[in-house]
Amino acid sequence: MAQEPPPNLVDAFPGLAVTPLETNMDDLLREFLTETTESLDVADVELVKFERDPNNREILNNIFRLVHTIKGTCGFIGLTRLAALAHAAETLMDKFRDGIPVTQEAVSLVLVTIDRVKLILGDIEASEGQEPQGSDADLIDQLLAMATQPVAVEAPIAAPAADPVSLVPAPIRTEAAPTGGKLIQTLERELLPGEVSLDELERVFRETPVETPQAKVPAGPAGAPAPARRGDDDASPTSSIAAQSIRVNVGTLEHLMTMVSELVLTRNQLLEIARRNEDHDYKVALQRLSNVTGELQDAIMRTRMQPIGNAWQKLPRIVRDLAQELGKQVELEMLGSETELDRQVLDQIKDPLTHMVRNSADHGLEMPEDRRRAGKPEKGMIRLSAYHEGGFVIVKISDDGKGLDIARIKAKALENGLADEAELAKMSETQLFRFIFHPGFSTAAKVTSVSGRGVGMDVVRSNIEAIGGTVDVQSRAGSGSTFVIKIPLTLAIMPALIVEVSGERCAVPQNAVLELVRIQPNSEHAVRRLKDAPVLCLRNRLLPIVHLGRVLGLVPEQSEDTFDTGLIAVMQVGNESFGIVVDSVSHTEEIVVKPMASVLRQVTLVSGSTILGDGHVIMIVDPNGLAQHVAARSESLAGQAAENGQANAEAEDAPVSLLLFRAGSQEIKAVPLSLVTRLEELDRTRIEQVDGRAVIQYRGRLIPVVRADGDTGYEKTGVQPMLVFSDDSRVMGLAVDEIVDIVESRLDLELASASAHALGGAIIDGRATEILDVSHFLHLAFVDEPETDRNAAGGRRHLLLVDDSAFFRELIQPVLRGRGYAVTACGSAREALERLASDRRYDAIVSDVEMPDMDGFRFAEAVRGDLGMTRVPIIALATANPGLAIQRGRAAGFTDCVAKFDRPGLISALQEFACAAEGEAA
Amino acid sequence: MSTRSNEAQDRAPQTIQYVTVRIGGQLFGVPIEIVHEVFTPDRITRVPLAPSEIEGVLNLRGRIVTMVNMRRLLGLSGAADAVTAVGIERSGEAFGLIIDEVGEVLVLETGHREPNPSNLDPRWTELVTGVHRLTDELMLVLDVERALGRLATRRIAA
Repeated sequence: MAQEPPPNLVDAFPGLAVTPLETNMDDLLREFLTETTESLDVADVELVKFERDPNNREILNNIFRLVHTIKGTCGFIGLTRLAALAHAAETLMDKFRDGIPVTQEAVSLVLVTIDRVKLILGDIEASEGQEPQGSDADLIDQLLAMATQPVAVEAPIAAPAADPVSLVPAPIRTEAAPTGGKLIQTLERELLPGEVSLDELERVFRETPVETPQAKVPAGPAGAPAPARRGDDDASPTSSIAAQSIRVNVGTLEHLMTMVSELVLTRNQLLEIARRNEDHDYKVALQRLSNVTGELQDAIMRTRMQPIGNAWQKLPRIVRDLAQELGKQVELEMLGSETELDRQVLDQIKDPLTHMVRNSADHGLEMPEDRRRAGKPEKGMIRLSAYHEGGFVIVKISDDGKGLDIARIKAKALENGLADEAELAKMSETQLFRFIFHPGFSTAAKVTSVSGRGVGMDVVRSNIEAIGGTVDVQSRAGSGSTFVIKIPLTLAIMPALIVEVSGERCAVPQNAVLELVRIQPNSEHAVRRLKDAPVLCLRNRLLPIVHLGRVLGLVPEQSEDTFDTGLIAVMQVGNESFGIVVDSVSHTEEIVVKPMASVLRQVTLVSGSTILGDGHVIMIVDPNGLAQHVAARSESLAGQAAENGQANAEAEDAPVSLLLFRAGSQEIKAVPLSLVTRLEELDRTRIEQVDGRAVIQYRGRLIPVVRADGDTGYEKTGVQPMLVFSDDSRVMGLAVDEIVDIVESRLDLELASASAHALGGAIIDGRATEILDVSHFLHLAFVDEPETDRNAAGGRRHLLLVDDSAFFRELIQPVLRGRGYAVTACGSAREALERLASDRRYDAIVSDVEMPDMDGFRFAEAVRGDLGMTRVPIIALATANPGLAIQRGRAAGFTDCVAKFDRPGLISALQEFACAAEGEAA
Repeated sequence: MSTRSNEAQDRAPQTIQYVTVRIGGQLFGVPIEIVHEVFTPDRITRVPLAPSEIEGVLNLRGRIVTMVNMRRLLGLSGAADAVTAVGIERSGEAFGLIIDEVGEVLVLETGHREPNPSNLDPRWTELVTGVHRLTDELMLVLDVERALGRLATRRIAA
């Protein structure tokens, strides 16, 4: 298992995208430098062998071909100095082939020549294509002299080199080339200069290497070549070229990446240990290790970088074709195509980018005549630009077209039910523009083959967000639109804030965190509430706040949050700013992102996991998911009461958070968490007796405590877990034995309860659970208070309760009964209408807004209209946004609207209206 | 996966090696070639908002392993402490199946595998591809691929 490259990585980084490089001279040159350096290294070895075994024609032929290829290629790409040198060397080699004896002197001369070639190559690389000034006449003369003169050797064979050596002798097959087999294969062909480079080009196309940026690699020695240099020190000038673009298998690279990731983890682990120890010597070495690891990580990361231009390559052609198809004139300008980013990221944004450019050409730019009329040049401009900013790459796609059509967007938003008129009117342009990223949203008047099917921008957005990026749009009517994409440079390693929340550690990507604010009650950094929504006043901004532990389901969904302690990480995702409350922030760390298993990818709030220095796995919180969560909440606060029936059905099915506890027996008991104000554990010594009843001093007041199991005595010592309920101004504690868990569960009361203290039984988490009736305990706690007095004057008032959720009916009935109302419950609006048709003596109607079949609005209209009951108060219970329901509800005939779980609100509304209206039938 | 049912119908006397595991009292067999290792889960990190069958994730020698509570997946009550897990690999991802205990390795003829009894719990029929009669008890052939697949599809449906 350990030998394979970790599949998650392989999975996350699918095969290297094969994209042709620009066929410019630079790439050719780079390729040439690489090839030649490799060839020369081989030639070095071969020559040395040849020197020892002068009669081995095979070796001689190898060397000859190497030199010949170099000569040919140099000639082709215009490196005349090199070509001349190679030519001279070749001439000499040819003589060897013709039979002149191989002397040490001659071999040395060739080696010197090779060294010279290497030096020149180094300079060419350093100067990016310029051959250095200088002359090689000294060497050439020696070479030619050696070739032409039958020097003092045993068997001189004179053969003047009149023949230009481009006439290559018939190749001799070399079967067992001892080194560089692959290379020699290439050279076995008879190559003319042109052929060589074409071949090379094709190879470049086929095997686009992962390139390291050239500029960052130290170049070979500058200045004039020093002929004294010999093969023994050739490593430094040549290795730079070779190391720069050795072709590496992607798998190897990924493996390297994984290993570095592990190294980073190990380093972090050591740093963690070092934090606890005070050994200085050890620390210095560790610091060094840490730095080196960091650099190594950087370097490896760089191997994964590719210019964004690779993703742009097909665009000019696409735009050209599109322009022709649409009858438009389009110019595509691309800036910053050399901007580099992670290969994986590049793969991910390729399609979105293409789509957006097509969109710009199709939707953004006008027809030539329209442009002329608008006083713009007929030729439309699409500008693509990319640059680095912080740890991000910013890609902009702008056009000088007509801009986004706000009127159409509004109309479409209305049509798709994304917002209503009132909301639209309040929205800023930026907010309106963002609608184009909604699924199924297309403002193209007609569907073209190019776009307009509304399956684009939402996919673009989700693709970009999937890699931790954001996309936004700016637009001005008549002058064009600009899409701004912000994407992280890499996905594999990122700096993160390690936070602790409810005892669990999580990583929060640091690039989403703007600042940290400590919560200080009663200061400017206090968390305030706007109705139920907690907000932070930070300088001149109001930030929505969410509890990280809460949204991750780590803490109970209490009806009241406290924001007395902790830190708020102010996050920015796209244009969305919000704060997340955490208990503490421990440190920042470079974390290696490990993707979640596919079965867990649906968890939108978690984007991956990472292994901390201590070996623990922790979750990486997804800022995008959080932003969506916050946005969804604010959207629901902004009103979704008008949502259609299907959504309502889902809402009805939505799980309820339940607090599970034990009291008295081993059986599990539960109360809906929304009814619990706080969970407390307090010292039993604080329980006092007043007038025979148990009370405690709680937040400056005396509150009664009742045991959930019905007993009355209390132990004298130990800790007493307690649930605190509050109802109106009344606060009580419910003493339990043990708080077990908090679960999300669909709640169906399976059994009605015979006892007064319970609503009934339900199956929660596979266990039969008794759902307690909170109002019963409130009643017990305040038994002496004349609670029904409030309604005594008007006698027992009769309520009609309409709600499709059996659970909610069961929940609310006892509460209302406890308040002295007689309650008739109906499971649907139709049932209620039938009841009303036969019996109108109800003092008030309490109706759910969201119900299948007939919703609360239509119910209210029917009551007011069909039944003609104009005076009976109808109080709507809205799950989402009472404010909006009021607007719509007033028109439908609602008297008031309260949030569904806002019991005090319901009670006071009932008191206000049910008592005021003295019964319609009366 | 070489344990597909069509192979079971082959007449050739093929054999499959199973690693037996016990989950909530019942003996199951997992084809040996998909079992990478058996390990003791340590320090499982809960994944917030994950399906309840997923116990969490842990670090096993640098790899993140997703831990599946087999009892819960099979609808068996009484969640045991995570004492033993079978490490398997599915489409490049590492999973750990939390089980009660690991038994032995059995070599069984595919021809002797019998189809699921028709009254088997429907939740199990999806995950069990046959029954082997051993001398003193029955061993259900667990289709790990399907078990994990169900986890994935269920999650999407939810």
